[in-house]
Amino acid sequence: MTVPHDSVGLITPQTLHFDEPLPLACGRTLPAYDLVFETYGTLNAERSNAVLICHALSGHHHAAGYHSPDDRKPGWWDAHIGPGKSIDTNRFFVVSLNNLGGCHGSTGPTSINPASGRPWGPDFPMVTVDDWVHSQARLADRLGIARFAAVVGGSLGGMQALQWALSYPDRIANAVVIAATPKLSAQNIAFNEVARQAIRSDPDFHDGYYLDHGSVPRRGLRLARMVGHITYLSEGAMGSKFGRDMRGSQNFNFGYDVEFQVESYLRYQGDTFSNLFDAHTYLLMTKALDYFDPAADHNDDLALAMAPARCPFLVVSFSTDWRFPPSRSRELVNALIRADKAVSYANIDSTHGHDAFLMLDLRYQEVFAAFMSRVARDLGLGEQS
Amino acid sequence: MMRDDLAVIYDWVPTGARVLDLGCGDGTLLDALARDKNVTGYGLEIDPGGITACLARGVNVIEQNLDDGLANFDDSAYDLVVMTQALQALRRPDLMLDEMLRVAEEGIITFPNFAYWRHRVHLGLRGYMPVSKSLPYAWYDTPNIHLSTFNDFEHLCREKNLKIIDRAVGIGGNKGNRLSRHWPNLFGEIAIFRVARRRY
Repeated sequence: MTVPHDSVGLITPQTLHFDEPLPLACGRTLPAYDLVFETYGTLNAERSNAVLICHALSGHHHAAGYHSPDDRKPGWWDAHIGPGKSIDTNRFFVVSLNNLGGCHGSTGPTSINPASGRPWGPDFPMVTVDDWVHSQARLADRLGIARFAAVVGGSLGGMQALQWALSYPDRIANAVVIAATPKLSAQNIAFNEVARQAIRSDPDFHDGYYLDHGSVPRRGLRLARMVGHITYLSEGAMGSKFGRDMRGSQNFNFGYDVEFQVESYLRYQGDTFSNLFDAHTYLLMTKALDYFDPAADHNDDLALAMAPARCPFLVVSFSTDWRFPPSRSRELVNALIRADKAVSYANIDSTHGHDAFLMLDLRYQEVFAAFMSRVARDLGLGEQS
Repeated sequence: MMRDDLAVIYDWVPTGARVLDLGCGDGTLLDALARDKNVTGYGLEIDPGGITACLARGVNVIEQNLDDGLANFDDSAYDLVVMTQALQALRRPDLMLDEMLRVAEEGIITFPNFAYWRHRVHLGLRGYMPVSKSLPYAWYDTPNIHLSTFNDFEHLCREKNLKIIDRAVGIGGNKGNRLSRHWPNLFGEIAIFRVARRRY
């Protein structure tokens, strides 16, 4: 294939090793770790044009471009990162990493535990959004980035962008929080718990020591992904994509094999995911989601929790997102208003539910690009190409 | 060049004020006030084009429908609330006036004066719903559902026991002439009011 002209092109991931132990929110310490990441664009002489991309539940470092000319699909946020795109790599230097606990190259449950010489598995410490942000700050140190022009993320990634503004107010010039929430609702946690139970009750889970048994709790992971996937789409999007369409024969066969197209789609999503993703990483990431609640240490007063922030925020929600609906984004926006912070908010009309944050949409693009070009202008990074 | 009513407001807003701009459009006013007068605050808007323009300018803009009220803004959190050319499009202009003077001591409101002589000619002599620079829509597709006059608004302010600190008119590209100053209800195309809560 030929690489599209507005792509960052062929990308090679890099890995950095960190020897300084990282104290974690759970009380444990990660003695040493690796972080795998990609960069797009060029860091300017002043080192002022860096943008950090934070990934969501099942994301990773490969946000844009291609790893090989044979790749069928580009990185997960290629729609928004590249020359002339919302995050314009002609102006910005983009850093995108795989978070700790991940399964795409950064230290996580599938890595070797130096203490035992075996994979960490269930012994890998639980990591939180806070922990990720600290590890990302260390990555920034190593890359010589004192301050990010913007930290940007969708969903769980948006929570990291928010946490950056609170943990490192001197090191973030702008925060973009997309399709996120200041904390999970009971319903959100409930869905996560179903996913976790699906994994943990799989006989192949072996109390978490599945790698030692040479097995993978594939059925559990598959169910977890199927249930998660339903929450990423809107009822309308599912309806218009599949309706009650049947696969093959239009007659009921009064059995439990795949009959409806939507069943086939969910099974396919579950199968693909269960072959690519580590069960522990999924468990860890859902717990990181559940635990995120910056207001908890401030009497549940979110406005009070926002006090340390000093950067302008862009908050974006999508009309049919029922996982983190617009009302949750407004909760954050209103707290920022009460705390007297610079914040802008747009609610994008979209039929795609939570997944809309990954997609291209004219208005979403306009909003995102307008904000980022103001960021570039304020930092003197030139006009959009 | 700023729109007439915006230019009047620009002059009225004190330096360093905390301002809420309801229906801020493309953010022209807040941008100029932030740049020249050190004003801070937020603009509320629902038009996508206006929101994008605000973002590009660096004006804090919140996508929010004014008909949903201002519950997310605290009592007396602002020095001044501005609402230009939106009053007539609201479901309940009177309730919005209450809300404005809850979140700020003072409000500045502008709206098309339905009693402007050209509008009277349209309706009174020709027998058609007025269409003009300040009322550019046809009767069937207008967002302006609560048209009122200079006098009507003064009357509402009296009823609500609000103090009218200042008023002005905007007319065809300038800030008004002698006629419109003396007979605003007849010669003012745009009504501009600056009102405040009464202190007891």
